[in-house]
Amino acid sequence: MANFYLDNKDIQFQLEHPLMRKIVELKERGFADAHTCDYAPKNFEDAMDNYRRVMEITGEVAGDVIAPNAEGVDLEKPHVVDDHVVYASGTVQNLKAINDAGLGGITLPRKYNGLNFPLVCFVMANEMVARADAGFENLWGLQDCAETLNEFGSEELKMKYLPRTAEGATWAMTLTEPDAGSDLGAVMLKATFDEKSGKWLLNGVKRFITNGDGDISLVLARTEEGTKDARGLSMLVYDRKAMCHKVRRIEDKFGIKGSPTCELVFTNAPAELVGDRKMGLIKYVMALMNAARLGIGAQSIGLCEAAYREGLKYAGERAQFGKAIINFPAVYEMLGNAKARIAAGRALLYETTRFVEIYKTYEHIGHERELSSEERAEMKHYQKLADGYTPLQKLFLSEYANSIAYDMLQIHGGSGYMKDYPIERIVRDARITNIYEGTSQLQVVAAINAVTKGTYLGQIEAYEAEGTSMDSGLRKQLDKWKGMFVKMTEKVERIEAEHKGEGFKDFHARRLVETAGHIIMTWVLAKEAAVRPEDYSVQLATFAKIADYKIAEAFAAVEASEWGDVELYRTVIGD
Amino acid sequence: MKEKFEIVVLAKQVPDTRNVGKDAMTPEGTVNRAALPAIFNPEDLNALEQALRLKDVYPQSTVTVLSMGPHRAADIIRDAMFRGADGGVLLTDRKFAGADTLATSYALSCAVRKLNPDIIVAGRQAIDGDTAQVGSQVAEKLGWPQVTYAEELEVKGEVARVKRRLENGVEVVECKLPLVVTVNGSAADCRPQNAKRIMKYKYALIPTEYDSCGGLSVDLAKKHDYLQIKEWGADAVDPDPSQLGLEGSPTKVKKIENVVFQLKESKCLSCTDDEINALIVELLETHTLG
Repeated sequence: MANFYLDNKDIQFQLEHPLMRKIVELKERGFADAHTCDYAPKNFEDAMDNYRRVMEITGEVAGDVIAPNAEGVDLEKPHVVDDHVVYASGTVQNLKAINDAGLGGITLPRKYNGLNFPLVCFVMANEMVARADAGFENLWGLQDCAETLNEFGSEELKMKYLPRTAEGATWAMTLTEPDAGSDLGAVMLKATFDEKSGKWLLNGVKRFITNGDGDISLVLARTEEGTKDARGLSMLVYDRKAMCHKVRRIEDKFGIKGSPTCELVFTNAPAELVGDRKMGLIKYVMALMNAARLGIGAQSIGLCEAAYREGLKYAGERAQFGKAIINFPAVYEMLGNAKARIAAGRALLYETTRFVEIYKTYEHIGHERELSSEERAEMKHYQKLADGYTPLQKLFLSEYANSIAYDMLQIHGGSGYMKDYPIERIVRDARITNIYEGTSQLQVVAAINAVTKGTYLGQIEAYEAEGTSMDSGLRKQLDKWKGMFVKMTEKVERIEAEHKGEGFKDFHARRLVETAGHIIMTWVLAKEAAVRPEDYSVQLATFAKIADYKIAEAFAAVEASEWGDVELYRTVIGD
Repeated sequence: MKEKFEIVVLAKQVPDTRNVGKDAMTPEGTVNRAALPAIFNPEDLNALEQALRLKDVYPQSTVTVLSMGPHRAADIIRDAMFRGADGGVLLTDRKFAGADTLATSYALSCAVRKLNPDIIVAGRQAIDGDTAQVGSQVAEKLGWPQVTYAEELEVKGEVARVKRRLENGVEVVECKLPLVVTVNGSAADCRPQNAKRIMKYKYALIPTEYDSCGGLSVDLAKKHDYLQIKEWGADAVDPDPSQLGLEGSPTKVKKIENVVFQLKESKCLSCTDDEINALIVELLETHTLG
């Protein structure tokens, strides 16, 4: 009888954020559906009541069904039978429960039988499901592929595939190949147009495909014969019912074992083009990846929450030297650091989600009618923030998931290394989060522009202008950090300019991005503490400690660094 | 072959006795209802699931939840509608108050006659009274066959096939409709509430609730039939008044004791026949046995 929504007042707090009013009003377009659809909300309060109720059900399914199945799924794993995937029995139960609860197509418009809920709810659902079982979240969360089809697909494709999502069809994002991982421009899977059927035929191999045997797949394929780079790639949608694919194998992974990672062979597999030819990687995969990165943020925070609760519980129960180990500073420091980082990380995740939500909703409205110049300006503003914050939250949350899971296993001592406690699985499951959908190193590459182009600094100044009430010491500290961030950035840019193309900026990029991140997370958490000091002021004070020494470390590293470091590091490995 | 069944689920709102805290009992030894949240009786949820599965097979069927209780028991009818029930009836009247299982069964059987279903499904027992009598007594009052301890229920034409969970195994029996089936807690868990159904049915009300709810809810409930939960008083089901409530209840509670087991009350016995015989005699004398 666990409910992962009701037992977590931090996510309940996120649902009540003041920006929700704007989000709901944009999303509901004046509550027009209320006249035609019996489950559409009548007004803002009605919509919020719906979200709370449905999140509660999600929390119940996560706590009562998915979490108890996690261990069994991890042991049983999916299998290949007759060239196709058979899920672990717990996965089948999870899918049935979550589909009975009607949680397919959470964000899709009602026209396609979706719930038309804000992205915030989808992220929240993913967080709760991931806390229960990150492997199951991995495959279930892929329903966000439907959003990409909703954004770029023709009405015909949308009518064909989106209602199935609402009924529980699972998705796959079929991008990578043996020789095309981080470098997707090298994708070779061929799509040739068949005049007779009017469809594209897929031929080739895909590898490392999460839920590759899912009901509906978005496939990145080469439609332009003779090309070798990103400009020859298009996005296609493939229906599993065609059965022109085989699962050659399921990878034997370290973690998230319940989620089948497939190697696929397509043989004359009929598929339909999504949007325009040649825009596959350049436009659509980028949209897909941004949505997926938010999903990984949600998965990561769910893992953090699961790990923290396991660590806290064990530390309270386990006694050594005559007292519970939670009373030892070495243990409670780990727990305190975890709790503060979870609070700050969650604040960043939902702040990012709101930015993404507003700009995406404007984009959809823009397809229905012309946006006013103010609306367009607002859309651009939030898009810029979303682009800057999405890699930032993916970077921080996935690293937090790993670090917190690591510390919480440490609290378990030798017992944590055994399969007897869930923390062993959580550590394994967390390890993928800072690798897939772009490694942490690639998140830094995506985020560094927001440092050099001033997006982060601009938003930090916007937070300053809001005049959030806070402790004057912390306010001074935030000013000091900002000064350090500006100084570091200037130094790196100066040396980069002197040695163009030699990699000095890339060498220090992570330190710059993380410094911005620590300042931003302190701000978003400070805003929460101003609204609810009883819950967040202590976590804010703790996080400020963490941010302070992390920023000092990054600052010292950049201060002490000269161009020769790039040489030094190449020399030391003998390059 | 019959493809459309009228299914009635008997359900009760009960205090949640599974999570009992220190304040669960009053000093007088009665249940402190304020400290225990009111929930859908767990085995009635198992029963609801069986009814909904039958509707999955025969989608034209209707599932109606029938509950007797105070006005707030409308909550479990809404809960059932969120999970898939088509509607419900709340049997509520001061004349029903103080009913034991016999008077409850009588009142429910009167309501069932009015609903005229093909199948009644009920939980085996409620977690507050633990009698397991109501479902069976409803069958007796109606003169219908009953199948107890059910785990699975299938219906083909006019015949129900029921898997029963017994002490030493399972038994599969067949029975003609109409019948009463009481469902065991070992049957499948009930499906969760469904997002769209929650949003659609959250404004379903019994007429008494119109006074306490806001304008929007009442306007909606009045406008849409599917948002109207039926509320029947005693007069609506045409009963013999002498069989209702306290008057119709032969059960009289003589005394309630708050039993607390303590170590000092325990006894150690060796395995000799004499000691065991002495224990049996003692238990018979104190009416613990027999």
